[in-house]
Amino acid sequence: MREALLLFFVVVSGTGGEICVTRAMKRVGEVTDFRPLAVARVILRALKVPWMWIGVGMMALAFFSLLAVLSIENVSFVVPVTALNYAAGALGGKFFLGERVTPRRWAGVLIVCVGVTLVWLGKR
Amino acid sequence: MLALACFVELQRCARRQTKPAICTPLWRSRRMSSSPGLHFKTYCMLLIMVIFAPLGNVMLGKGMKSVGSAVSWAPSELPHIISLVLKSGFVWLGVASLLTFFVAYMLILSWADFSYVQPASSIALLVVALLGYFYLGERISPLHWAGIVVICLGVFVVGNTPPRTTEVR
Repeated sequence: MREALLLFFVVVSGTGGEICVTRAMKRVGEVTDFRPLAVARVILRALKVPWMWIGVGMMALAFFSLLAVLSIENVSFVVPVTALNYAAGALGGKFFLGERVTPRRWAGVLIVCVGVTLVWLGKR
Repeated sequence: MLALACFVELQRCARRQTKPAICTPLWRSRRMSSSPGLHFKTYCMLLIMVIFAPLGNVMLGKGMKSVGSAVSWAPSELPHIISLVLKSGFVWLGVASLLTFFVAYMLILSWADFSYVQPASSIALLVVALLGYFYLGERISPLHWAGIVVICLGVFVVGNTPPRTTEVR
């Protein structure tokens, strides 16, 4: 039960963080100049967007949850299960960012979910 | 570590913004076919990614197993656990491996398509399982193996779809 909760944090908080960062970066606008100074300026601008801080916080939570779950469970179980990120990403992209998710992508997400179920059952 | 992860994310988001034609597979792009050196560079980076990401996870796993499994996760224990984590050589090795992976990932995304790079993470999942089995001696049942292969297949299918579907505003 504890590992399920931690894995939930790894997946949901990790993807949530990425979505928040994406949202912040969309607000910052298109980056065309990749010279170090220009990139630094973009980062400074991004840090002024609240979404960026929410995103960073969620990603930190996801990383520490990953460390916690790795102390209880095997790597060969934890890492494949975190592929659920793709499912969370497709859902989050569709509902929070308004991205169009292609049928092929949904099919991939479904296959990932089937695989995670098998891994979960195989662990018992 | 966290700062670098965010920087990678910034680069990735910026990349998605700036390159609408990102969904063209790399092997079909004219730029690639004209330069054999770029092919070599790409394969080197993919190799680094596929080795160091799983290695990082395995090291973190090994480090955390020695830290956490013996103690409870009560809030009063947290400072003690955090100091153990920070003192664990394997955790630092894992973080270093993941940093190497992030740098390679960032570099490769500066010339290769996201949809070309992403399926590589499906191979990384398999490498994690193999390392867990052979290096850490984890027991993996046949059903577990089947699940891992199915997940790899799913990630490969996801990765082969166009990564950009929204209009640039």
